[in-house]
Amino acid sequence: MAGSTLEIKDLHVSIDDKEILKGVNLTVKGGEFHAVMGPNGTGKSTLASAIMGHPKYEVTSGSILLDGEDVLEMEVDERAQAGLFLAMQYPSEISGVTNSDFLRSSINARREEGDEISLMKFIKEMDASMDYLEMDKNMAQRYLNEGFSGGEKKRNEILQLMMLKPAIGILDEIDSGLDIDALKVVSKGINKLRSETFGCLMITHYQRLLDYITPDYVHVMMQGRVVKSGGPELAQRLEAEGYDWIKKELGIEEETVEQNA
Amino acid sequence: MTVDTKLPYEKDYVSKFSEKRNEPEWMKSLRLQALELTETLPMPKPDKTNITKWNFSKFDHDVSGQEISSLEELPEDIKVFLDMENKNGNLVIQRNESVAYKSLDASLQEKGVILTDLQSAIQEHSELVQRYFMKDAVSIDENRLTALHTALMNGGVFVYVPKNVVVEEPLQAIFWQEDPKVGSFNHVIVVAEENSSVTYVENYISHNQDEEAVANIVTEVIAHDNASVSFGAVDNFAKGTTVYVNRRGIAYRDAKIEWALGQMNDGNTASENITHLIGDNSVSQAKAVTVGRGNQIQNLTAKIVNFGLNSDGYILQHGVMKDSASSVFNGIGKIEHGASKSNAEQESRVLMLSKDARGDANPILLIDEDDVTAGHAASVGRVDPIQLYYLMSRGISKQEAERLIIHGFLAPVVNEIPIQSVKDQLTKVIEGKVN
Repeated sequence: MAGSTLEIKDLHVSIDDKEILKGVNLTVKGGEFHAVMGPNGTGKSTLASAIMGHPKYEVTSGSILLDGEDVLEMEVDERAQAGLFLAMQYPSEISGVTNSDFLRSSINARREEGDEISLMKFIKEMDASMDYLEMDKNMAQRYLNEGFSGGEKKRNEILQLMMLKPAIGILDEIDSGLDIDALKVVSKGINKLRSETFGCLMITHYQRLLDYITPDYVHVMMQGRVVKSGGPELAQRLEAEGYDWIKKELGIEEETVEQNA
Repeated sequence: MTVDTKLPYEKDYVSKFSEKRNEPEWMKSLRLQALELTETLPMPKPDKTNITKWNFSKFDHDVSGQEISSLEELPEDIKVFLDMENKNGNLVIQRNESVAYKSLDASLQEKGVILTDLQSAIQEHSELVQRYFMKDAVSIDENRLTALHTALMNGGVFVYVPKNVVVEEPLQAIFWQEDPKVGSFNHVIVVAEENSSVTYVENYISHNQDEEAVANIVTEVIAHDNASVSFGAVDNFAKGTTVYVNRRGIAYRDAKIEWALGQMNDGNTASENITHLIGDNSVSQAKAVTVGRGNQIQNLTAKIVNFGLNSDGYILQHGVMKDSASSVFNGIGKIEHGASKSNAEQESRVLMLSKDARGDANPILLIDEDDVTAGHAASVGRVDPIQLYYLMSRGISKQEAERLIIHGFLAPVVNEIPIQSVKDQLTKVIEGKVN
């Protein structure tokens, strides 16, 4: 089975009437790993949130298509059911809902009524994935993200990614706040998903994530647009030389969206 | 217009009611004394709620229900509260204020544990009941309703755990109002002697939608030195019943009283849950959750008073409000002079599901001592759209996401209920009320 295709065309997004994305074009196909890099404040996380349908972000023009279907017409849960997944930078804490109840509800949400995952199978899968991510087993019974450390939250996002097996995974700064050991474990989980049926969009402003997860394509965002695309060598050059050479090349003085709004 | 709260019950009626039950003289005279007080005492005045027009006078008082010979005879909607597979051997079922069924493990009986209906307890353990009935915790002259309760008390349960006895299995009471008009003047006493420990869980159930009835309930929990009482309740009176429920705890030295109250009535309800931390190092946790719906009015007070040194009180109230329901949550932490090193914490949170609902969180700290710690958190708000977004981003529908958030919000009490069948029932009741 071939993978899915996520197409983002001339996407404009505002928050509180302030335009953050000013025409993003990007296509992610099954089997491909894309990295979106760029300094802070250039719209990278806005792109991730807009694809998933965050209530605060308003798409003012452009389109997002998943296998030709209009994602912008879908509710957030429909986007997930269609195959999108966003590992969030700041996952919500939900008191009183255990991690495992939440995960089971999420898995069953994409299955037909009467075809729910059996409790045994679920526990087996969850145990295996938690082992793989070197997570403490009691995290299954803890309330969703409540009191989790930064690192635990990130692992928990990847646990969900591994168990929900989306067609397209978007990782919003999954590396932020992780020490090197945690980063290795999280990367191991993401690399395990590599296949023809899984496409991945990684948002980061550190090259170091890409030392563990090699991207096929690298894109640089500035001023709310993708200003440069290339292969893994682009990330290496950014690591070595920073972003100034791109700014010079493109005649950009200030890379953030703020100054140009 | 005020509704006439004067009662159709006279001295003569109360005397005869007491005589018919073969009550000892002390009980009869206490009833008559209380009846007299109803003439002069004022109604309770819950903060911010006017209950003067509520029905406290329309109900049937002298009622009875049939005994059952086996739990199998119970209707399905009562059976669900019982663990029918691993039958709980420690159980009292009251039907229209009469005992329908009771049992207590032989091993507990041998240790001197008492779990029986109050009417039998008054016969069989008269001195013990007299020692605690409306004495240390609630008094007959607090207000007109406590006096009325005493005069008309027509049911309840007596739990007694002797010194050093640890009761492992929970004790359970089911108060089933089968007749729609039955007035429940239920009185529950739980006494835990020194170094003892007990868990007690009760359910109130009625089905009266249109017929009016009254529940005027007093519960007294006494935890002697180093005793521990865990008290769980699911109140599920139907719309027609007006409820006044007064649950009071007294904790002596090193004692602990934990309340987990699922306040799921559908009618107007005034509830006060007050614990006095008398002894040094005594502890109480008072947790209560409610779901308000329809045009129900509720006033829910949780109060812990620290008298003892180093005593520790924690109040948690969570309420979900929908339709045009209106609730006031009074959380009161009071530290008396001399109770140094004490702690009074509270948290009141209200989740609003409709624009016509009302919820007031009313946190109060009254502190008469310097060397103490205290804190409160209160909030009234809607379901957080970012939490909804997070759950929905995993494919969960909006409706299911809201359901998860609401159940999570009420989990602090649901998770504390020690009998699985009762916990499941509370979850179902919540489900039924929020959807």
